Amino acid sequence: MKIPEGLKYTQDHEWGKIENKTIRVGITDYAQSELGDIVFVEFIEKGTHIASGESFGTVESVKAVSEIYAPVDGTILEVNEPLADAPELVNQDCYGDAWMVVIEMDDPAEADSLMDAKAYKEFLSAEAK
Amino acid sequence: MSAREYITRFPEIREPLLNTRSAKGKNTRVCPAPFDLTDLKDLDPAETMPDIPDLSEVETVRHFTRLSRLNYGIDHGMYPLGSCTMKYNPKISEIIAGASAAIHPADSNAMHTILRYCCLLQDCLLEICGMDACCLWPAAGAHGELTGMLLIKKAVTLSGREKNTVLIPDTAHGTNPASCAIAGFRTKSMPSGEHGYLTAAILKEHLDEDVAALMITNPNTLGIFESEIHEIAGLLHDNGSYLYMDGANLNAIMGIARPGDMGVDCLHVNLHKTFGTPHGGGGPGSGPVMVKGELEKFLPCPVIIKDNTERYTLSWDRPLSIGMVHSCLGNMGVLIKALTYIVSLGGEGLREASISACLNANYLKSRLIHHFDLPFNTPTLHEFVLSDLRQKDAGITTMDMAKTLMEFGFHPPTVYFPLVVSGAIMIEPTETESLDELNRFAHAMETIAEMSLNREQDLHESPRACPVSRVDEVWAARNLILTWDAYESNKGDVVSK
Repeated sequence: MKIPEGLKYTQDHEWGKIENKTIRVGITDYAQSELGDIVFVEFIEKGTHIASGESFGTVESVKAVSEIYAPVDGTILEVNEPLADAPELVNQDCYGDAWMVVIEMDDPAEADSLMDAKAYKEFLSAEAK
Repeated sequence: MSAREYITRFPEIREPLLNTRSAKGKNTRVCPAPFDLTDLKDLDPAETMPDIPDLSEVETVRHFTRLSRLNYGIDHGMYPLGSCTMKYNPKISEIIAGASAAIHPADSNAMHTILRYCCLLQDCLLEICGMDACCLWPAAGAHGELTGMLLIKKAVTLSGREKNTVLIPDTAHGTNPASCAIAGFRTKSMPSGEHGYLTAAILKEHLDEDVAALMITNPNTLGIFESEIHEIAGLLHDNGSYLYMDGANLNAIMGIARPGDMGVDCLHVNLHKTFGTPHGGGGPGSGPVMVKGELEKFLPCPVIIKDNTERYTLSWDRPLSIGMVHSCLGNMGVLIKALTYIVSLGGEGLREASISACLNANYLKSRLIHHFDLPFNTPTLHEFVLSDLRQKDAGITTMDMAKTLMEFGFHPPTVYFPLVVSGAIMIEPTETESLDELNRFAHAMETIAEMSLNREQDLHESPRACPVSRVDEVWAARNLILTWDAYESNKGDVVSK
């Protein structure tokens, strides 16, 4: 299970990469492997303001449809449009080409409260029990 | 594309469409003209006629008969789809519902009888559920949910309170959040406790001023009875919130426990699952809604009333009603079947049906836990959920095992639901299966568990002998081919390459 250092993580299995006042968001390796083969992704429109914990899109596999939640309050600045035509990228490169949205954070300090790689790893092993 | 890949993507279709057999003039039947068609004689048939295949009667009959033999249904064998309750339904219900189908709504005497039956059915359901008032018209479970949530929305709005949230445990049916959203609520999901049911302590953490209702499925989708329901109802009522129960799993508790006695304010039940109508074929369903106390005045129109001459009539005089939710009288055939089922079993019979449903499920569970992981050890009722954890290391998934079951002549159980269990296998044998059939099913599952130790490839490639072999579901979902023409041309493209 890949859990890269330097990223932030949520309990809903999203990762976030902080780039100044923005955060790039995708789903973790654990999330993609639990979902299985991804066949469809859909995100809300650019420019939408969302609150932390609110859904900004859905990821669908042959097993289930799952919501993806915003890790912080903010405005959707960018959406990874090409992902809609190549949903398999989520399985192949979840931390790279399969990033999902970039959110402009209302308060960059909010990201401090997210888990780091070590904490997420511990969270996963606690979940497994 | 390898040959194997090709087969999984373009499986052999053993029965082509009628259109492909069509040829001009094959249909020799002449329809008598019921009226003078001279006005239509100048119309060009090529422009006005729909593109209906030209076939003889016998070719058409054989086409559908062959299709029916490729199909699998409850009349072939066990159909243990958990949460779906695919039980066998006595044919007597079909016969009686068929007889009622010829009644015309304008025949007032016959309609009086129909309304009397509806009233009797309402009374039966209210007695079974311990509720005060009933509306029979919603057309399915999710329609019942929506109707119930609209009643709650109206009650909350009229009372002038600002309550916009509905809490839903993660063991609820998947339609619950959708029904709430359409009724104008925000939904909030709650984790089930470590034992697979909602605890009062978890509810307390999520309960606030804005909570209009809790929507709970009982027994829940793990087949577990919500044993803290009394305390949960108390907490909600103290908070000015309603308790809505999804009664889709009523077949586990009818005649034994009544939602009304648990503190439920509003519920729907699925007549097509619990009471005498087969379901899952996309045919008509029925999801009556029942309420307690003050919610009654909001029930949909029309309501059945008995006038002072002892005649049953319909009344639309309901100023606070949420309005109509279905054309008048709902799906009558399903209502008649439900009444037939209830009356023919009687109170004691319904109770025995629930007990048998739970006994059958627990018998299977007690056999299968020796071979499969059981994520929640809490006692279960009419269904139970296993997982593929013990087979996972061998690379065998729930999907592999479900597909292999088809080789043994069984419909697979529900898979990958509920979402709280990774790789879920949800089994509901229902009360109608005999011990012999349960043993056959258990044996098939045990054989599959053994196969996972040394015949992995067989599991990955099953089924091989079914009308359609293993299909590449991922490829199919990513490359939607939705018509026969598209199928033929895609298939052709691959071959020519």
